[in-house]
Amino acid sequence: MRHVISILMENEAGALSRVAGLFSARGYNIESLTVAPTEDATLSRMTLVTRGSDEIVEQIIKQLHKLIDVVKVMDLSQFPHIEREMMFIKIAVDKNTACEAVKRLSDIFRGNIIDVTDKMYTIELTGDRQKLDAFVNAVRDFRILEVVRSGSMGIARGEASLHV
Amino acid sequence: MELTGAEIFVECLKEEGVETIFGYPGGAVLFLYDELYKQQDKVNHILVRHEQGAVHAAEGYAKATNKPGVALVTSGPGATNAVTGIADAYMDSVPLVVFTGQVPRHLIGNDAFQEVDIVGITRPCVKHNFLVTDVKELATTIKKAFYIASTGRPGPVLVDIPKDITTARCEFHYPAEITMRSYNPTVKGNKRQVRRALDLMLEAKKPVLYTGGGVVLSGAAHQLTELTRELGFPITNTLMGLGGYPSMDPQFIGMLGMHGTYEANNAMHHADLVIAIGARFDDRVTGNIEKFCPYAKIIHVDIDPASISKNVKVDVPIVGDVKNVIVDMLEELRSRSERPDAAALADWWKQIDEWRKANCLKYNQDMNASIKAQFVVEKWWEVTHGDAYICSDVGQHQMWAAQYYKFSQPNRWINSGGLGTMGFGLPAAMGVQMAFPEETVACITGDGSIQMCIQELGTCLQYHLPIKVISLNNGYLGMVRQWQEFFYQKRYAMSYMEALPDFVKLAEAYGHVGMRIEKPGDVEGALKEALAMKDRLVFMDFITERENNVFPMVPAGAGQNEMILV
Repeated sequence: MRHVISILMENEAGALSRVAGLFSARGYNIESLTVAPTEDATLSRMTLVTRGSDEIVEQIIKQLHKLIDVVKVMDLSQFPHIEREMMFIKIAVDKNTACEAVKRLSDIFRGNIIDVTDKMYTIELTGDRQKLDAFVNAVRDFRILEVVRSGSMGIARGEASLHV
Repeated sequence: MELTGAEIFVECLKEEGVETIFGYPGGAVLFLYDELYKQQDKVNHILVRHEQGAVHAAEGYAKATNKPGVALVTSGPGATNAVTGIADAYMDSVPLVVFTGQVPRHLIGNDAFQEVDIVGITRPCVKHNFLVTDVKELATTIKKAFYIASTGRPGPVLVDIPKDITTARCEFHYPAEITMRSYNPTVKGNKRQVRRALDLMLEAKKPVLYTGGGVVLSGAAHQLTELTRELGFPITNTLMGLGGYPSMDPQFIGMLGMHGTYEANNAMHHADLVIAIGARFDDRVTGNIEKFCPYAKIIHVDIDPASISKNVKVDVPIVGDVKNVIVDMLEELRSRSERPDAAALADWWKQIDEWRKANCLKYNQDMNASIKAQFVVEKWWEVTHGDAYICSDVGQHQMWAAQYYKFSQPNRWINSGGLGTMGFGLPAAMGVQMAFPEETVACITGDGSIQMCIQELGTCLQYHLPIKVISLNNGYLGMVRQWQEFFYQKRYAMSYMEALPDFVKLAEAYGHVGMRIEKPGDVEGALKEALAMKDRLVFMDFITERENNVFPMVPAGAGQNEMILV
């Protein structure tokens, strides 16, 4: 099962590598990982997507808790939650027909064209993983020059929240 | 008044009540050593011969006293040499604070002389580690290090101090208390869970207590003994838990696991309730996990939630300090009118006594043949009345020490259980002897293990540590040879050590007393003679039966009830 785990941790040097090291040392997989400071600069918020059986995920959460720098851990998959990922995608539009077609697809997916040259468009797109996958599939007929994805961020709906 | 980092370092040690530290100097820690020199009447520094020895000595000190052990080493190779000891302490939950020197801040990342990223290297094998980047944080960091090392599930904490921090100055203030929002170990067990546990204990027909190193670490041996006696249940200890319950007590059914007793392993296999306290279901205990305790409900008390349901799914988890939880269990038991099922227990004990009849630890010492290692350990137990501190290395001799030295008190059995570090024994014995100068401290070792840290004989001379080294010399890496005999058709690949040194001469060269004992009839006399030499290290090289095996044994992959007896 795929699990989205939210981690609130001390914004200390090395904290990220403690988490990453834990996953490699214990043989857990990381599908994606994003991290940045929160409104309180002494804390970082990480969203980590992993896969494993219930037993493994339970163990992952306990092991994360055990890290001294980790303040709180939450398995978002246990709650109604929202998950988003951001993507930048650079597409060649050197053929005459391409400009219009790519722009149309971008609009359909509610993307923003954030950089334009006479040879390429760079599109910014936000959504869940499937939407981004679908867009990449939709523009496969054009030449994709570059894809940058942020990895998932997650937040629980409603009252449930992860804070100190 | 402003102090230098080096002065702050020593002040912090004093504040923590540290009396003895083990270490080895080098470039990056020269200011720290200079300050230790000026305050040598305050903090006693023991100079080892190799940094691995410093950490093992600190471990021995910690395991015997339950106080954090402290080691100080320099940057680069000093720090990497300490890693084995740190990993060892991590596996066995030993409270340890290890200080490493680091190159000055402006050189970090520069591939400077004697620079390694020791914080990065040790990250997977420490409870926590710190690189001090500002002298103003030094005191708080050291406070945190001791706090983290010694609370919750204890473990090693490393503090890496760049050289320029040791000369930088700031006001010294040592926090009396420390709170960390990210670290609050649960020490009190959940009352509801304790009640659920008691329900199961009072219903059980075939219960067994399975207790580990957590009992020793938590100082709960006394409470455990009380609880066990009130319940009337059989009790088995893990390798790390030996001494947590008096071994001569009739309710004690011996150690369990790969080289545990027939009765302990069978009791576990057939039990309908296993009460695990401060033990972690290690693979050397469970054997084949698929076949482990097929009929039992499991209660697991541990301070580390991550240990619970890690290897074996548990029915009643209780997170908390072992001592607190046992006290709560006792209270709960005493508040109830029900008592354990006496008739069922009587049947259960009858069954256990049947297993006991296998007499699985019997051996035959032919007084005209070569010495059996078991015989030496048993005689040592007799002549020391079971009161000595026993530090062991790793291998066959370790198992024999665990099987035949019957511990009656906690903190007396000091060995490397989780990591299985050969070379642990002698330096650990130094740490114990430093903590308890008047007590009998022995290092039970083998001809392989002793050579891994033999240089510490020099330290023992310098500090007059009268350790009794009991070398069970069979001219083989015995445990490796045993496995090769059983599982590799006697292809003894590299398990034979040609060119063993003359250990008697070696001991003498280091200024100690050496003895070689070759006949069974001489064993007891030699042990007594060594014991009488109160102020000397005596190296007793017992030439023992070469192809002796440790029995009983659960072969790898087998269930606990599938033991090889002889």
